[in-house]
Amino acid sequence: MTPRESDTIISAAAGTNEGNQELRSRSELTAKEVMREVGAVLRMSEADAALLAEVEADPGEDQTMIINMGPQHPSTHGVLRLMLELKGETVLRCKPIIGYLHTGMEKTGESLTFMQGGTNVTRMDYLSPLNNELVFSMATEKLLGIDGDIPERAVWIRMLLSELNRMSSHLLFMASNGMDIGAVSMMLYGWREREVVLRFFQKVTGLRMNHNFIRPGGVAADLPAGWRDDVMSILDMLPDRLGEYDVLMTNQPIWRERLQGVGVITQAEAIALGATGPILRSTGLAWDLRRDMPYMHYDELEFDVIVGSYGDAFDRYAIRLNEIRESMRIVRQILDRVPSGDFRIQDKKVTPPPRARIDESMEALIHHFKIFTEGFKVPEGEVYVAIESPRGEVGCYIASDGSPTPYRMHVRAPSFVNVQALPHMMRGGLVADAVAVISSVDPVLGEVDR
Amino acid sequence: MGVVRNVLDDGLEGLDHNFLTGRIEDLVKWSRSRSSWGATFGLACCAIEMMGTGAPHYDLARFGMEVFRASPRQADIMIVAGRVSQKMAPVLRQVYDQMMEPKWVISMGVCASSGGMFNNYAIVQGVDQVVPVDVYAPGCPPTPETLIHAIETLHQLIEDGEIMRRRATSGAGANVHIQEIPAGITTPVILGSR
Amino acid sequence: MTIEETTTPVILHGCLLGDSRGQTVLFVPKSSYMSTMKKLVDDGYEMCVDLTAVDFLTHASRTLPDTVSPERFEIVVNLLSLSKRERLRVRVQVSESDPSIDSLFDLYPGTEAMEREVFDMFGISFAGHPDLTRILMPEDWQGHPLRKDFAQGRIPVQFKGAAS
Repeated sequence: MTPRESDTIISAAAGTNEGNQELRSRSELTAKEVMREVGAVLRMSEADAALLAEVEADPGEDQTMIINMGPQHPSTHGVLRLMLELKGETVLRCKPIIGYLHTGMEKTGESLTFMQGGTNVTRMDYLSPLNNELVFSMATEKLLGIDGDIPERAVWIRMLLSELNRMSSHLLFMASNGMDIGAVSMMLYGWREREVVLRFFQKVTGLRMNHNFIRPGGVAADLPAGWRDDVMSILDMLPDRLGEYDVLMTNQPIWRERLQGVGVITQAEAIALGATGPILRSTGLAWDLRRDMPYMHYDELEFDVIVGSYGDAFDRYAIRLNEIRESMRIVRQILDRVPSGDFRIQDKKVTPPPRARIDESMEALIHHFKIFTEGFKVPEGEVYVAIESPRGEVGCYIASDGSPTPYRMHVRAPSFVNVQALPHMMRGGLVADAVAVISSVDPVLGEVDR
Repeated sequence: MGVVRNVLDDGLEGLDHNFLTGRIEDLVKWSRSRSSWGATFGLACCAIEMMGTGAPHYDLARFGMEVFRASPRQADIMIVAGRVSQKMAPVLRQVYDQMMEPKWVISMGVCASSGGMFNNYAIVQGVDQVVPVDVYAPGCPPTPETLIHAIETLHQLIEDGEIMRRRATSGAGANVHIQEIPAGITTPVILGSR
Repeated sequence: MTIEETTTPVILHGCLLGDSRGQTVLFVPKSSYMSTMKKLVDDGYEMCVDLTAVDFLTHASRTLPDTVSPERFEIVVNLLSLSKRERLRVRVQVSESDPSIDSLFDLYPGTEAMEREVFDMFGISFAGHPDLTRILMPEDWQGHPLRKDFAQGRIPVQFKGAAS
């Protein structure tokens, strides 16, 4: 009995065998399928693609081994399962198998009102929940036709929270990237910094994660007194710490050896695969939705778009590190510019009344009741709105039918599309680099599987 | 130095107040609770809070749990952190089966305890459909303080021996429900009563 | 959806161009799907950011331009032009009796996972896709969850949800 057969029997007994979704050996595949896994992006034949990556085009059956990595594995950022075809230590083919965190969020979204939708959407990319809520709220507002009427204060608060979320997400990337490469102390440092940002979120939104704070019409509550001091203390603390990371990692020879030249992707490949965010920027294309298709008031702020040159994992690490610095720069500008005013639109049909008003006014009571039980009706139509999340372009496509719940709510998750780039990045590399590559793509399986 | 002098003068009779006596059972339970290693089973958002609990601010190392073993053969406590989907359930069971006795399961978060806000086709409505659960920790996600409370409750029960008794009576998990500790409130972590 | 009532309908590559809350929508018939998408690639829409579907089983009376005949399924493709900084949405009607359409894999390899997801969730097959298998559900799952005739799968609980 070959090892492959016995594996199949064991996994079939346990129910973990995913049949056609798994990587199959070359003898079972047609040429087109192998090409898909190997060189399809560049529309090359397998032989030409093999020449590019310096691997054998057609290794013998007994020379390769298909191994399974995950879904429970310390280095796969969540429940990502990878099947790798190895020749020795070299990765020939790789197939990510996802769906281990599929939560039916899009189906659930069809039964939740637009006010409740934020609670659902926020748990997709759980590392940048405010960005998910923001894109959902923006799509809802566009359908309602109120996207031009959101009060200034609400917009600036949204920008502040979005940028702080970018910082906390990238700090977690630094932590997990460090740990995956082997700099385990980086895990502790990254989390230490992230905690400070989470405590600010807790003060503002009430929760450390999955806030449900950005809602259609504005934000759920006003910023607490003294928030400027809290943000200033974050901004004062971080630059030195980021300098420490530069010393610990960026200039360190081991770090560079492990990341430079690993997981290279070209610009054409990235665009063809639909990869956005740091992956696309690492190839040299300065595409950032905040700069190129600005939303909210990003066009009034000064910040740089960080771009890499080699498309490798080191570039992606450096991009994210410097994006933390750019986000700090943006937050500093936002601090001075948050105006006073309403924190949510005063449209009674969309925004619930303040709690005190419910005791005084019958109308307020009725509106509160209607909004929280039935929900506000959204006119028929369909929109797609996209913003720049820490992982790339996150978009929300909502089709509504005039009822209080979305008819179809689909979130274009950046990690879902970025994971497709993994086989291309891993081909020809070593198994140890596979971990570095996954880490540099920074997928969040919550949004991959939804 | 007095101890050494006593021994040199009187031999073994000189040794006094230097022995601790106890039952092996108690020693084993004490060491099990103070040095339990968790199996990494972080699935979704709760995994981030679990990592945050291991991080410097909340520090699981002071409870002996900073080591999260990837290999289930070397792990004692499986903290199921996150929502378990239909595809993941057999994997969960397989990892649980690979753990060596004695093993305990903490169901972290509402999705693991009951399916949480996702009452639909895709999520197993409670991890206790798949593995026997000892402690249920509520929260979405539970704050690190809640998770530490759950872990410490489990540790206390291990040290008492209570957990083995509960399991023997129920035939499954210990079914301990703890109260959520909201974030930002500085209360001491209340351990279970003896 | 609100369609701008102009005297002459705007036609792009032989297909009707519409407007939805300020966003440009192209209604492409299934028969000319591949050829139109090829022309859009040449027009400068380098990236396909999203490919999804909608099941209009319980909302068959949706607003569409007169020349477009509604079907049960609709494939929605969102394209992005990096050079022109523009987005375009393509909507294709797919009937229930023949739930299949051409695959965009050869034009945009990034649609591979997106089309697999649509296949898994809606049951629409893509001709020419190299690996049309389920992606989110287990391999032996029966049914297509995002179809409107697939129940949400709730278990009964003691309290009533707000939106039940």
